[in-house]
Amino acid sequence: MAALSWIKRLDLQRSVIYFGFLAIFLFFAATLHDDGFLTTRNLTNIVLQTAPATIMAIGLVFALSAGEIDLSFGSIVAVSALAAAVAMQNGPMVFGVIAGLGAGVLIGAFNGVLVAYLRLPSFLVTLATLGLFAGIARSMTDLRSIPVINDTFTGFFGSGKLLGVPSLVIWTVAAVAAGHVLYRHSRFGAHVLAVGDNARAAQVSGIKVPRIRLMVLTLCGATAGLAGLLYAGRLQAAKYTLGESDLMTVIAAVIVGGTALNGGKGSIIGALLGSLMMGMLNNGLILMGLKVSDQMIVRGVIILVAVAVSLRDTRR
Amino acid sequence: MTATPVLSLNNIHKAFGGVVAIKDFSLELFPGEIVALVGDNGAGKSTLIAIVSGLHRPNSGEILLDGETVSLSDASSARSRGIEVVYQDLALADEQPVFMNMFLGRELTRKPLGLLDKSRMRRETQTMLDQLDVHIPSAGSKIRDLSGGQRQGVAIARATHWASKLILLDEPTAALGVAETAKVEEIVAALKERNLAILIVSHSLDQVFRLSDRICVLRRGVQIGVRSTPETDKNEIVSMITGVHA
Repeated sequence: MAALSWIKRLDLQRSVIYFGFLAIFLFFAATLHDDGFLTTRNLTNIVLQTAPATIMAIGLVFALSAGEIDLSFGSIVAVSALAAAVAMQNGPMVFGVIAGLGAGVLIGAFNGVLVAYLRLPSFLVTLATLGLFAGIARSMTDLRSIPVINDTFTGFFGSGKLLGVPSLVIWTVAAVAAGHVLYRHSRFGAHVLAVGDNARAAQVSGIKVPRIRLMVLTLCGATAGLAGLLYAGRLQAAKYTLGESDLMTVIAAVIVGGTALNGGKGSIIGALLGSLMMGMLNNGLILMGLKVSDQMIVRGVIILVAVAVSLRDTRR
Repeated sequence: MTATPVLSLNNIHKAFGGVVAIKDFSLELFPGEIVALVGDNGAGKSTLIAIVSGLHRPNSGEILLDGETVSLSDASSARSRGIEVVYQDLALADEQPVFMNMFLGRELTRKPLGLLDKSRMRRETQTMLDQLDVHIPSAGSKIRDLSGGQRQGVAIARATHWASKLILLDEPTAALGVAETAKVEEIVAALKERNLAILIVSHSLDQVFRLSDRICVLRRGVQIGVRSTPETDKNEIVSMITGVHA
């Protein structure tokens, strides 16, 4: 009987996201067949549109697994994209990459220092920095949009292709693969999980708990910085509104993907599927011809159901 | 016993602010022996365990390992010298598999990329558990799915795997039922054959008499005496603990 309940639990956790993903896919495939949901172009579009969210979701899986949370990525995206755009106005692509990623890493590290060494709750720290950097993003350019005209950059981070594969797909696959290996197969990943699971056990086992907390929040900043570069590359411009609407999407993607809110457990592949599921939902609801207000309502309800189902088992 | 003591505590003194927790405490532990540390609540047992495991530093006094003076500045310095602690709360990560807990903070990696060698950790964990006769469904089971006795078994196996000199056991059976307690005592008794020194804190005098070779009694931070277990009885120990002579 013990074995049976164990199998049941294993199955449930692993399969919620797969079933949800499949159910939504089949539903739209059936109802929106004539509206072009199943065309290669539309499906590719979903992957392209979700690339920044997927990459941010990877960072968030690490933060949540360590028992922390990051809410500030929504505004780090804009700051990073703007920093990159401004740096490239008078400089080569490498300036933009350094400025964009650098901004993300620095803001993430700032969050991390406050959380790890001053022991402020990450929820409050990153809620505050979310607002702080949203303000900074607005003041950086007086609410103006900054064009990105560097073709190498927009190719690399946006519309380019390598052997026929869109660069955003490559970024997504590479980030998910790297994230998964780091999470499941490295000492760092094991320590992140241990810290989120039982910080005292981690500490008496010689794991440097504050350093892990600093690193996961820095990693979140870095993934938000990369997401900012991808937005700037795809839209060929940077604006303070970038990433604003991603907060709920990314958190929902991660939770639906099987990552526990209270640490110690998660999945990078689950987060990818969660993110794609959110993308399909957006896409399908638009194709169904729903008004924006109705889209928001339906999406909210579906996310609520999905999160409730996946939390039923991850919550202790 | 003529061997060098594994651990010597010489005139250890520890105060927290103005409150004296341990006063002038001395004790020697030899390989292959189990010493029980008994005393009422607040007698200073936990403080002493914390000092030997590197979590607290004594204000004065010496700690010698194999005859050499050492300074245990933190938990990892104690661990690197072959001292392992089984904490009362076991310090296990519930959502992680048994083998990851066995290697927590000391994960094995494979050469070229430095990635975790899970299959080797799993294998070595299984071997260790088998040697100590700890029965769990598998080395890959999550701690959460184990019983209290199984968890205790895992925590002791982990300490045994890494300890080269000394294991500290803090109330190893406080949360266990009768059958599980018997099982854990069996495991602890078997550790003697590994030539490790074991310092066990326990509230159960029955257990202390079943397991230990010597009994050290603490009262209000002061060592009241050390007795050889076969040469004493419960009445004497109780009166030493309480300070009331029967």
